[in-house]
Amino acid sequence: MAVKVYIPTPLRPFTGRQEAVEAEGRDVGEVLENVVRAHPQLRAHLFQPDGQLRSFVNVYRNDEDIRYTGSGQTPVTASDTLSIVPSIAGGSPACRC
Amino acid sequence: MSLILQPGVLEQVLRHGEQAYPHECCGLLLGAMRGDSARVVSAIRRMRNANTESPRIRFDFDPREHLAAQREAREQGLEIVGFYHSHPDHPARPSPTDLERAAWPGYSYLIVSIVAGSAAATGTANSFELAEDRSRFLPEPIETPAAN
Repeated sequence: MAVKVYIPTPLRPFTGRQEAVEAEGRDVGEVLENVVRAHPQLRAHLFQPDGQLRSFVNVYRNDEDIRYTGSGQTPVTASDTLSIVPSIAGGSPACRC
Repeated sequence: MSLILQPGVLEQVLRHGEQAYPHECCGLLLGAMRGDSARVVSAIRRMRNANTESPRIRFDFDPREHLAAQREAREQGLEIVGFYHSHPDHPARPSPTDLERAAWPGYSYLIVSIVAGSAAATGTANSFELAEDRSRFLPEPIETPAAN
């Protein structure tokens, strides 16, 4: 079944400027794999070379962070939506030296 | 690319920085892409600094708040085109932490310097985008068109 996946603004050039794409899959891993197969330039922005999600990439199934629901094995149904949300953090230099 | 801040936007970011002082403030830059030439910011959305350990020199978005804010922006027809944060008593330029913790290229990263609790002392705001190879931040021009 097709699941809707929301794409953050800076990655939309790689999805033909679409804010959301649909992809088939029984779980989050399959859906994301089908998304990057359909839009190959996305792969390096979402995944490390070893296939793990990049450290700053969070994926939500509806309101749930998939890290707590089985990561890539998190099951999905057609009524679910996936959101890709980057971790945003930073700071000042630790000292004024 | 350049960052166009519509009237009032920079003032709102600076006010947030002053109110959060001596902690760092952070938030979203909301607006639209103007082709490949500019990110246009028409509104900001304040985010809570979820870093409780050292909020004077660090900021973290609360991921759930970020998810909610992403939805709100979508409902309002706005795109998240970048992020802002303040550097209390430090210059408005990216720190090594900012580079380590950066997300994707294609966002504007606006940094404001708040000195001794006041933006007026410096009025410094600089914007950057992440290089494609993620090795460094590149300065980008900020345009602040006057209100009609």
